[in-house]
Amino acid sequence: MRRLAATWMVICFVLSAGAALAEPLRIGALFSVTGPAAFLGEPEKNTLEMLVKEINAKGGVKGQPVEAVIYDTTGDPTKAVQLATKLIKDDKVVAIIGPSTTGETMAVKPVTEKEQIPLVSCAAGIKITDPVNAWTFKTPANDHIAGEKILNYAVSKGQKNFALLTVSDGFGASGREQLKALLAKKGLALVADETFGPKDTDMTAQLTKIRAANPDAIICWGTNPGPAVVTRNVKQLGIKTPLYMSHGVASKKYIELAGVDAAEGVMLPAGKLAVFDKLPETDPQAKLLKEYDAAYRKAYGVEASTFGGYAYDAFQLIIGAVQKNGAGAEQLRSGLEQASKMVGVSGSFTMSSSDHNGLDLSAFEMVRITAGDWAIIQ
Amino acid sequence: MRRELIKFALFAAVALAVPATIKGGYLLNVLVFVGINTMLAVALNLLLGFAGQISLGQAAFYGLGAYLSGILTTTYGWNPWTAMAVAAMAVGLLAFVIGFPILKLKGHYLAMATLGFGIIIYIVLNEYVDVTGGPSGFSGVPGLGIGNLHFDSDLKSYYLVWTMALLVMLLAVNLTQSRIGRALRAIHDSEVAARVLGVNARLLKVQVFTCSAVISCLAGSLYAHTVTFISPSTFGFHFSVELLTMVIIGGLGSIYGSCLGAALLTLLPEFLRTFQDYDIVVYGLLLIVMTMFLPGGLVQGFEMLWAGIRRLWPGRAGQDA
Repeated sequence: MRRLAATWMVICFVLSAGAALAEPLRIGALFSVTGPAAFLGEPEKNTLEMLVKEINAKGGVKGQPVEAVIYDTTGDPTKAVQLATKLIKDDKVVAIIGPSTTGETMAVKPVTEKEQIPLVSCAAGIKITDPVNAWTFKTPANDHIAGEKILNYAVSKGQKNFALLTVSDGFGASGREQLKALLAKKGLALVADETFGPKDTDMTAQLTKIRAANPDAIICWGTNPGPAVVTRNVKQLGIKTPLYMSHGVASKKYIELAGVDAAEGVMLPAGKLAVFDKLPETDPQAKLLKEYDAAYRKAYGVEASTFGGYAYDAFQLIIGAVQKNGAGAEQLRSGLEQASKMVGVSGSFTMSSSDHNGLDLSAFEMVRITAGDWAIIQ
Repeated sequence: MRRELIKFALFAAVALAVPATIKGGYLLNVLVFVGINTMLAVALNLLLGFAGQISLGQAAFYGLGAYLSGILTTTYGWNPWTAMAVAAMAVGLLAFVIGFPILKLKGHYLAMATLGFGIIIYIVLNEYVDVTGGPSGFSGVPGLGIGNLHFDSDLKSYYLVWTMALLVMLLAVNLTQSRIGRALRAIHDSEVAARVLGVNARLLKVQVFTCSAVISCLAGSLYAHTVTFISPSTFGFHFSVELLTMVIIGGLGSIYGSCLGAALLTLLPEFLRTFQDYDIVVYGLLLIVMTMFLPGGLVQGFEMLWAGIRRLWPGRAGQDA
């Protein structure tokens, strides 16, 4: 009986613990800080907390302090929906940053649209802003921009026949679809179309088939570790065809996994954060990227990641809109839509009523891996 | 039986009165999911708690219900209620067919087989991109409605989901009080003995498996129509395990226990948010403490509490006299 009482006491204590909140400009955020997409959510959360501290140290927005209400969705769409409702109804936020993944964003989208709260997603899926909805925005560049960057470069080198090797998850499926459409649009030939599973450890079979099709270039679309395996297999099979990777592997981790030798000569479109120290002084983003990386290193002791940049841009877009138009739902929404040449981590944003992403080809730099480091080409 | 019905009526009255006591908002939204999870937990409890057959593939039936409803209504423009009924029948048929070979297995082997089934369905939802939308999900599922009444607010969804959940609980209470319920418990204790006494164990197991699948499928349809977006990650192996936890924490073989388990596991993480980064640690600790001290589930805690109160009562009455 005493044990029982103790158990119930613990439960009751936990349930009764409550939190008190102050009265500042409240911005909600949904990040998958834990779970399979934690690699996205953690830098996003860190970045947002850092930015809020920074802006409050400077006196807030128009004298009003900013508060971020951040919840962890664990990558679960159901939880994301519940927490979005919580942010809107209980925390009364003016806008929501996130969620981190496309699935969660698509789940949250109907809720924020119904409640008319601006949502600035940190997920890349093209479905989020195409077709455009008045209340939904996103900061990561669309996959087809990265694809177009690759194809433009390839065409300038006279390559006409392409082989696709894509991973069978959301990122790969979207990339495959976009690339096929782009190839058709540009009148280029698709000679091989192979896929691999996210956890596969050998792609020799697919690459052998691709070699038989004799393409001018191979485009591999995936996130680690698959592309690293592909890179090693290409080297092992002695395939000399140029190999392009997606922006999904634009981190040093990829070179590490593939090995400096095998990765030599691989080309990919990288977000500018990956190569910020190699950008010319004249690049509009150079200064901002340097400062972001330095601040992030100082606060968390690791280098800043592209993913954290998504939250950075979302926050700056929202603050910019509040400064311009005010914090009312419609004011904020139209403010977001009016963002013009706003320099961020992912690129320079120019939104309009028909474009709720606002990034163009300048968001990426084509890089070639040389001696284990990135080198800007073109 | 009458006592059971009174108990159920009391419970139903409380469940339907809950929205009046809270100010709407977020909690109500979470309670809608408690209702859906209750249906799922009751379904699994019929199988695990009464018939003693484990299933690690419940999320698959849940997912099939959600996707069939979603696809039939969105892609093919069916009426949601027709789609729901057709989905339930299709899933019931599937469960009935696979039930015979699967339920021949026992213990770990049964766990493996149901786990395998769950993973197959998960892979199909993920890879059949043209139909299911693949890993990035399926959006634009319409909401439910009857005539001019559209279940578009949390309050309306609450009543919709809880009416279904209560019907499922009533069915389960009835089932367990009946001859079939007794036969199921007999199978749980000793299948051989049950067979010797003339219970058609094989068919009965398949029937309860089918019943459990159909309920899960209905819960899935409700999920699809209330959230209006579905993606495979909701219906993975992880969720099957979560359901198992709900049933065990709530109390094996107790219908109300399943509801308690579903409520606790759905609500607890929300209340624990005040612990910020440590919420998962506290959550885990609470689960360990509960299974250590209340091995029979939360429902056992309530029974002990009730027994304690009753023991105190005559004592006080005696002092007064």
